[in-house]
Amino acid sequence: MSGTIIINNQPVAFDKEKSLLEVITNAGIDLHTLCYNKQLAPFGACRMCIVENEKGMLMTACTTAPADGMNIKTHTPRVNRIRKMALELVLGNHPSECQTCDKSGHCRLQDAANAYGVDKIRFKKPEKDPKVDNLGPSLIRDNNKCVLCGNCVRVCEEIQGVKAINFAGRGSNSKIACAFDVPLSESTCINCGQCLAVCPTGAITPLDQTWKVKEAIADENKLVVFQFAPSVRAALTEEYGIENAPKAMAKATTALKMMGVDYVFDTNWSADLTIWEEATEFLGRVAKGERLPLFTSCCPAWIKYCEEFYPEFLNNLSTCKSPQGMLSAYVKKYLADDLNLDLGDKKIFMVSVMPCTAKKYEASRKQLVTKDGEPETDVVLTSQEIIKLFREYGFNLADLAETPMDNPLSQHTGGGVIFGVSGGVAEAVVRYAFNDGAVVEACRGTQELKEIDLDYKGIPVKVAIVNGMDNAGKLLDAIKSGEKEYTIIEVMCCRGGCIGGGGQPVPNEMAQRELRKDTIYDADYLAALKNPADNPDVKAIYERHLGEPNSHAAHEILHTSYEPRDKVTGQWSKD
Amino acid sequence: MADFKINIVADLESLKDKVSAARAAEKIRISLCMGNGCLAAGAGEVYDALKESLEKHGVATKSDLFDEGVKDNINYTHTGCQGMCQHGPLLQIDPENNSDKGITYMKVTVDDVDEIVEKTIMNGEVIERLLHKDANGVSYKNYKDIPFYQLQTFVTMKDCGRINPHDIREYIGIGGYLGLANALKSTPADVIKTMTDSGLKGRGGGGFPTGVKWNFCAKETAPKKYVVCNGDEGDPGAFMDDAIMDGSPQSILEGMRIAGFAIGADEGWIYVRAEYPHAVKSLGKAIEEAREYGLLGDNILGSGMKFDIHIKEGAGAFVCGEETALLASIEGKRGMPRPKPPFPAHSGLFGKPTIINNVETFANVPKIMLLGADVFKQNGVEGSYGTKTFSITGDIVNSGLIEVPMGTKMSDIVYKIGGGVLNNAKLKAVQVGGPSGGCVPADKADVSMDYDSVKAVGAIVGSGGLVVMSETACMVDVAKYFMTFTQSESCGKCTMCREGTKRMLEILTKICDGRGEDGDIETLEELAKAVSDGSLCALGKTAPNPVLSTLRYFRSEYEAHIYDKKCPAGKCTAFKKYHIIPDKCKGCSACARKCPVGAISGELKKPFVIDSEKCIKCGVCAATCKFGAIEF
Amino acid sequence: MSCACALDDPKGIEAYVSSLVEKHGRERHSLIPILQAVQSRFNYLPKELLLEVSKQTDIPLSNIYGVATFYAFFSLDPKGKNMIKVCNGTACHVRNNKPIIEAALKVCNIPEGAITSEDRLFSVEKVNCLGACGLAPAVVVNGKVYGHVTPDKITALINELRDKEEA
Repeated sequence: MSGTIIINNQPVAFDKEKSLLEVITNAGIDLHTLCYNKQLAPFGACRMCIVENEKGMLMTACTTAPADGMNIKTHTPRVNRIRKMALELVLGNHPSECQTCDKSGHCRLQDAANAYGVDKIRFKKPEKDPKVDNLGPSLIRDNNKCVLCGNCVRVCEEIQGVKAINFAGRGSNSKIACAFDVPLSESTCINCGQCLAVCPTGAITPLDQTWKVKEAIADENKLVVFQFAPSVRAALTEEYGIENAPKAMAKATTALKMMGVDYVFDTNWSADLTIWEEATEFLGRVAKGERLPLFTSCCPAWIKYCEEFYPEFLNNLSTCKSPQGMLSAYVKKYLADDLNLDLGDKKIFMVSVMPCTAKKYEASRKQLVTKDGEPETDVVLTSQEIIKLFREYGFNLADLAETPMDNPLSQHTGGGVIFGVSGGVAEAVVRYAFNDGAVVEACRGTQELKEIDLDYKGIPVKVAIVNGMDNAGKLLDAIKSGEKEYTIIEVMCCRGGCIGGGGQPVPNEMAQRELRKDTIYDADYLAALKNPADNPDVKAIYERHLGEPNSHAAHEILHTSYEPRDKVTGQWSKD
Repeated sequence: MADFKINIVADLESLKDKVSAARAAEKIRISLCMGNGCLAAGAGEVYDALKESLEKHGVATKSDLFDEGVKDNINYTHTGCQGMCQHGPLLQIDPENNSDKGITYMKVTVDDVDEIVEKTIMNGEVIERLLHKDANGVSYKNYKDIPFYQLQTFVTMKDCGRINPHDIREYIGIGGYLGLANALKSTPADVIKTMTDSGLKGRGGGGFPTGVKWNFCAKETAPKKYVVCNGDEGDPGAFMDDAIMDGSPQSILEGMRIAGFAIGADEGWIYVRAEYPHAVKSLGKAIEEAREYGLLGDNILGSGMKFDIHIKEGAGAFVCGEETALLASIEGKRGMPRPKPPFPAHSGLFGKPTIINNVETFANVPKIMLLGADVFKQNGVEGSYGTKTFSITGDIVNSGLIEVPMGTKMSDIVYKIGGGVLNNAKLKAVQVGGPSGGCVPADKADVSMDYDSVKAVGAIVGSGGLVVMSETACMVDVAKYFMTFTQSESCGKCTMCREGTKRMLEILTKICDGRGEDGDIETLEELAKAVSDGSLCALGKTAPNPVLSTLRYFRSEYEAHIYDKKCPAGKCTAFKKYHIIPDKCKGCSACARKCPVGAISGELKKPFVIDSEKCIKCGVCAATCKFGAIEF
Repeated sequence: MSCACALDDPKGIEAYVSSLVEKHGRERHSLIPILQAVQSRFNYLPKELLLEVSKQTDIPLSNIYGVATFYAFFSLDPKGKNMIKVCNGTACHVRNNKPIIEAALKVCNIPEGAITSEDRLFSVEKVNCLGACGLAPAVVVNGKVYGHVTPDKITALINELRDKEEA
């Protein structure tokens, strides 16, 4: 449908927009909606997008299809009155905590109240419910701040296909909850944090563990080691207006060193390591024709999803840990040796900075512990948290000097960098397998499913690259029914890949993810080496400790196992 | 078991004639009302007792409609609601299928049955004390003479109290399914034209032209469509749909089938609120019978048309009366309304084109198809053709269900049919349209009961609930009562309704509790406007109506509560101050002993005193005092 | 009436839910009739049953919980053996049902804010209009409708029930 709509007396052309609200937004007018999200079905709950037509009829722009000849006004006194009252009513239920709220500055409710000048709240606020769900490893859900927009429920259902949360109760007793009001950690929640990405207020935030890091840095008995993921760098370029990812990382390293961090390593290095292990594993299976298709295993939300809903495919998962997992495990076992450090009573405190809230959950998995039973990764900070820390320390990242990351775990290739985007892992595997660092265009792009047919030494290899958890579920159903067949499948639970992870700064819509994707591929372009096989620092550890990929020594620290979970409660049976 | 499957229209007409003949041959037909109201008054026990008594007296009754071997051809049966619910259990005794010559007994108890059998059934004598008597002592032998019934015009409720609802043959006997036969003889487009010409508007409250709605859906090209009947009559005080579902279920099935033909649907759903188990049973039985007779299933009446109907019970949510919430409920989800567009006619149940109509709307359809649009238009006024059922309750002498042409004056309903205000009290207001409606004050009570006129006075016809209020009703309390209802039934999806009704209720409660402040009325009005304009569905949009209408006509009552700290109607307990009149008090201490909080003290045989600080205003003392010594 | 004995018998629960799924289907629109059957059998919705329904129908537990907490007819807490539902329709409100509710709560010994007595013998609830407006105020006691109820009448009715329980 295309045509012209008169908006506030000005003609505005429209073409492919699905809703009147999209047309209004594209015309440059922000209605400060709370429950609208482009990738979700329109809901119509917040009432902020109400507009008035020439006949005095009111309609919600998000649910109205644009039609040629429409004549609407977005800010009549009547409409403004409705919006102001809606905001006053919402604020009447909302804690007045902007100063200390993690969402302050990025909160749509705050923006809207500010924009419409809601300066008085005539209604008595209820007593705060002290019960906040901070019992899980990844997210905090605070229903006191919830405006019942339903975005979290809808993304969990429509995009992620998990449906761990839903509306419960009725009327003004409504709330968002897991069944029986259990914490997220006792449900099928996969910790992906996409709910966080679409939450307009501070009702869902990453579990803030910055205090643990500050404590560890101040502790003389701790050797604080950081690893930094590629997608976080894309977030930093966005947040601070830095030219490119490598520069952002260099400045971040300066910041971390100033904070007192002992070592800063690169998750890109371990991404290369992951390719050495996983590609070898994959080619081994191809040669034997067994346990195919192989599914990648670096996405912890995907792992939990598989354990819950598709345990029949657990045997197909790669047994490789994720880059985070591999680096942490390697550091805890071999770092002191590699650097000739006499730790004495000191313990290594491993911190990883990730775009992903599920990585916090991954660090808590019972399989990912050292021989002494300690977690391999002690703390995972999300992009949001590292930015929070930088702010507390007063760092304006763009103005800091640049410092290189530490050896021996920071050399990386472009193949490691591109792990952050959908198609990146597959492309890195292809580069390794074909021993060719060239760009594989067919792997690139944020579309939900990509299929590529390759020929590996005469053996047909069908590649599938899927992002978005529900899309992965549909693909698995197609495989089960026999409709589709693949040799290797890269699964990333977040649309667009890890660059869209739940821990990334908001707004975290597809528009932002597209830009972050470009930053990642730009970093690949800037990288000196492209093929993970060429990473000398990865080669070195095999020579020093591991022998060869998939060796016993490699399996000991770089591989893991999985266990089926109850599909209704998400729990392991012996938990 | 069905005598024969009705495969072609001729079979239908032949069965009709057979039933008519069987009924005409009945020397006496005894019909006990087993509608909801009469059941609550004990009709179940009366039914069994009367059966026993007939047997005891050797009066043989037919075992089946076509049972011809019974001496004297007496039929003892039951019907759905006969209308005068206040005076139930109701018993009709008609000779030779002529209800004009019949006797109507009221408030029949198990102790009356022997006398009824001996005197009336065996000897044709009338028992005076069981007849209806009006306020002047005049008694009425036949129901048709009672003003309550005289002024009514029965269309949808015509068969309700006159046939056994659990015997499809009786429905066919009075012309049932001939409307469907007419429809099937023509085309879907013609059916829709007839419906549109009739001017029938949705009787559930929406008032949308039925033919127009069907036309939207008929235009959709889709292999699967649905017909849905909204039986979620949730307005407190309304029970018309219950009576029709329970007393004339086949008329709804027939109406739905005609609709299915018109729009091209082969499946229907009836959504019945869970609080109506009798209606669910009646409908279930009706569907079974219709299937047995080949009126549901494949090849209905030889038309080649398929249609089947399922029942879905509600689970206690008023909002499921809203059509998109109703669809969500059938789909197994929370009853949260969806934004419109898309309208159900385009995308409804399971995403398919669907029409949803109210019970009474469907009950009108067979008659329109049988007698034509022009006959239907003989009743009513322009813009509101046909008849409407109403329930009249509250402070009214004759409480019950009625059906009158649209355009009847409300005052006629209250005084002529309803018998006036209870205890000869003065009429204060009539609440029309339930929680979505408004209070019409006494000085506007001559308003014509049609969609436009009622809207003009700030109320809505709605589903047809009329609650009569005398001077003892506090209008602020009435607004609070409806807002309490709406708040508890709000689904919670949209901000305006969820939060807006909550805050409106807070203010109303404050005012009734004696804590009203300057500015409260203004805030209430502001909220009312915003909720009315900004809510997602009709529940929210109309929730402020009781407040807005009581503010319009009874603003002074609100002001009295706030500024004078008085409740003019004497209802709100916060303003009551119980005190003992010393001259009348005998010092018997009965009140002090009953007082739950020990607020009354005194010496025996001397006047007692109430401590107003402790008093919780429960009123037990005043109710206990035999000497009228306690006032408030 | 309720039979709570099966709740610690997983096989029994599995078989029972199986029979419900067989009767009503396993689609999403089968959910409410299934829950109604469970509510009717147990007088509430036991958690064990809901877990099994989710397992057998693949309807997510969060959705089942959302539906169970939306509709007034469903209860996640066990109700009393005797159900007293006081109609709160307009006519009954106008004809003053408040003292009836208060009397019922008192004689059933139901604590403040609760709807069920501690001995689980009685539940007293305000319910939406029953459609018996001609006989306001109306009360439903164990499924039977009583009209023109007064506080004394309801007290007597409840005491009668209590005597039966104790007998």
